[in-house]
Amino acid sequence: MAASESTKVTRSVEVKNPQGLHLRPGEVFSRKANEFESNIEIISGERRVDGKSLLDIATLGASQGTQLEIEARGPDAELAVEELAKILETKSVDELTKEP
Amino acid sequence: MKFSDFVTSTAIRPNLSAAGKDDVIREMTTALVEAGAIAESELESTIKAITKREELGSTGIGRGVAVPHTKHPSVDRLVGTVGVSIEGVDFKSLDGEKVHLFFLLISPPDRPGDHLRALENISRQLRDDTFCRFLKQSKTAEDIWQLLEEADNNQFVS
Repeated sequence: MAASESTKVTRSVEVKNPQGLHLRPGEVFSRKANEFESNIEIISGERRVDGKSLLDIATLGASQGTQLEIEARGPDAELAVEELAKILETKSVDELTKEP
Repeated sequence: MKFSDFVTSTAIRPNLSAAGKDDVIREMTTALVEAGAIAESELESTIKAITKREELGSTGIGRGVAVPHTKHPSVDRLVGTVGVSIEGVDFKSLDGEKVHLFFLLISPPDRPGDHLRALENISRQLRDDTFCRFLKQSKTAEDIWQLLEEADNNQFVS
């Protein structure tokens, strides 16, 4: 248990959405983040926010091209980072929400 | 971006009478028309656009706050207003809580950066409990405007 809890995975991702990380992609991100047991944070420069909170994500004001780091700590950190990175790397929210 | 850069002071509504989601959007958009921030001829199409955006997912972002918004060609710069509901409104928020604080934003279609920066400012201030509490307790538009100015001067965010 101690070993899995200490699993930390980080990945640097660029925001691809031309509108930036606005509320809709932010909502998709936070909903997905909440599906994981791991603690999820987004790092932007000096700032570090809770990836499970839409309000926190909105405080980043991340526009297209912004480089963000996703950091997950916990048993499902690997998968969490994998799936969450995809959301930031998708250009359109409609692409994200059309899946069943 | 500061509140004073996009909030129309004369469109602030400290005591919203609307009790439902659509009515709040109408009341606040009408306030922007009355303040001269958007043309009366654009009222209905603006309301429709904001409502349509809400159908894609509520802008009730939690902690009793909602940010109804749209892009609309009738404005050439970001305009917005603030409304407070004492009773609270069922806005189908993510956390299921009633919404008391509303920030309504209308931005030109080609300026996603301004919208993001307004959202960034609003959400940063709203993480501060003192700011939220004072805003909810505000009785007049002047009180709210003063509070926004204090926030602009970094009175709340460390």
